[in-house]
Amino acid sequence: MGSSRQDKFQQLSDGFLALSEEEAERVSSYSDELFRPAEFDTEAAEKAGYSNYSYWGSTLRLFLSNKVSVFLLVFLAALLVFTFVQPYLPNQLHPNTIYQDPETGIHYRNVKPNAKFWFGTNNIGQDLWSRIWSGTRTSLFIGLCVALVTNVVGITLGSIWGYARKWDKLFTEIYNLFDNIPYTVLRMLITFIMRPSLFTMIFVMCLTGWIRMAKYIRNQILIYRDREYNLASRCLGTPALRIVVKNIMPQLVSVIMLQTALCIPDAIGSEVFLTYIGLGLPVSIPSLGNLINEGRLVMLVPAQRYQLFFPVIVVSIITVSFYALGNAFADASDPRNHRR
Amino acid sequence: MARYVVGRLGRALITMFIVLSIVFMLMRLLPVETYYGARSDTMSDAVKEQILRNLGLLDPMPKQLARFWSETLRGNLGRSIVLRVGQENTSIIGPKAVYSFRFGIASLAISLIIGLSMGVLMAANKGKYIDRLGNTYILLINALPAAVYYLFIQLYITQLFKIPMLYDARNPVTWILPTVSMSLGGIASNSMWMRRYMVDQLNQDYIRLAMAKGMSSRQVAFRHILRNAFIPMSQSLPTSLLFTISGSLYIESLYSIPGMGGLLITAIQRQDNTLVQAMVLLYSALSVTGMLLGDLLMMVVDPRIKLVKEGGVR
Repeated sequence: MGSSRQDKFQQLSDGFLALSEEEAERVSSYSDELFRPAEFDTEAAEKAGYSNYSYWGSTLRLFLSNKVSVFLLVFLAALLVFTFVQPYLPNQLHPNTIYQDPETGIHYRNVKPNAKFWFGTNNIGQDLWSRIWSGTRTSLFIGLCVALVTNVVGITLGSIWGYARKWDKLFTEIYNLFDNIPYTVLRMLITFIMRPSLFTMIFVMCLTGWIRMAKYIRNQILIYRDREYNLASRCLGTPALRIVVKNIMPQLVSVIMLQTALCIPDAIGSEVFLTYIGLGLPVSIPSLGNLINEGRLVMLVPAQRYQLFFPVIVVSIITVSFYALGNAFADASDPRNHRR
Repeated sequence: MARYVVGRLGRALITMFIVLSIVFMLMRLLPVETYYGARSDTMSDAVKEQILRNLGLLDPMPKQLARFWSETLRGNLGRSIVLRVGQENTSIIGPKAVYSFRFGIASLAISLIIGLSMGVLMAANKGKYIDRLGNTYILLINALPAAVYYLFIQLYITQLFKIPMLYDARNPVTWILPTVSMSLGGIASNSMWMRRYMVDQLNQDYIRLAMAKGMSSRQVAFRHILRNAFIPMSQSLPTSLLFTISGSLYIESLYSIPGMGGLLITAIQRQDNTLVQAMVLLYSALSVTGMLLGDLLMMVVDPRIKLVKEGGVR
């Protein structure tokens, strides 16, 4: 065993030496004309030590180099614009009006997609196309509100939690208390107590969201808090707020962006769930959760399944795009991926 | 070590006390009208007041809380007011937990076995076809609302194989889909975690040393990485095990499995407040216990973890 290993080593070093000899021979065969002494250039000399690295520049370049994420970004932007423009386009119907046949007065129930009702109508005669876009608006509104509150509250409290040592114990205990009631159960319980409404929906999602965000920020700040450059800043008398904002936060941009992007699929998902168990928004406020639930009720009739398919397709496109985009942006904005 | 165990146990008890008290007080925020039960229209005011008095809702808060704790410590979680009027909540929940446990334990096993091996496979073939396929699966499971794909699995797979849509205790074929659906999320999160863990560990010095010594990558994966991977996992394992009895809220209700998750949803829909309270208390108690056991297990499997602070912090 020992001897064979030694042989192997011998072979390897022989090969290595042989290679370098060959190399040396080749280099010595080059003619001197190929080499020219470099002239002294003041500009080039001063260039030393300068890096043209820019954080946002690198982030943008890395992000744009991924074709799929650029496509998703453009697509989502177009979808967002369309969602808000849709009611002002010509020939749009109202999401909550129940349409009737003008001659017979019979409600247009479960009408299949046609020229007037592009996505058909539901079982009481409302236009599914306009309900879907109105629902998308509601769901995105919920998602964006939750993302905003979660970020502001989570980042502020998370920074205090991580940076101020004397608060650590108190915050940790609060976190443990929250963490001990399963999030789904907590959301259900609070909605049950507060009665379902748009405000309740946003409130319960923020209630469980901020603490997770704060915990994450706290852990990250603990990692960076006592690094040498922050120690130096503190010794120079930099106020704590400035250290957190200028020295630590830029490290966390990727995490924050990711969490923000994930807020939207998460909010839509729990809205669908809360609606399923009967704690959703009233039917008069169309939302993607409401629409999926309405579709679920008629799904056993194959001819009416379009009422489930259309909202499900829209939900899937939105959630998958936000999720993929969030991940792509988090990768691009992580400074560790910028070393090239 | 003993000091840590005792301290951790004490903290768990305090947490349990505070969490359960908070849940109890939250339930008191409900409007009293929701306690009258199904036939509230035909009741006279005197009857209504009698109901509230019997439930003890008219007493001052400290008195209610004291009674709540003395009852809870004796194992009495109140009686149902809507679903099975007058029956003790514990006797309603008990038999349901058995169903949930069977499904829960099966899906936990599936999600661990398939999830972890999928993660190892993906890390071993990083960047190749199988890795991309796995990542797509993880992306879809994480991004799509669970409610949506559960629904489609139920709708189309039952149709495809001509099996009944709802759970039937006497027909084992109907047990498969709920179990599989329940494991989908676990498979995704386990494999995502395992893949990242493997990839991170492969750059560590001890793995390089093992490779340099001439160990095959299979030996490295099983002897070194997988063993170490169980350390962070040991913290969440007790919670997952305990929560098998609570069941999956959505799946149980979707397939009408007579388990605990479905019961909670029914109780909420029918506004059976005392039953909701009993179940949320149970969920919280399970969670506190799970975290306690997780910390203790972690201490046993990883000797490097320092539990009691020695000296000052930096």
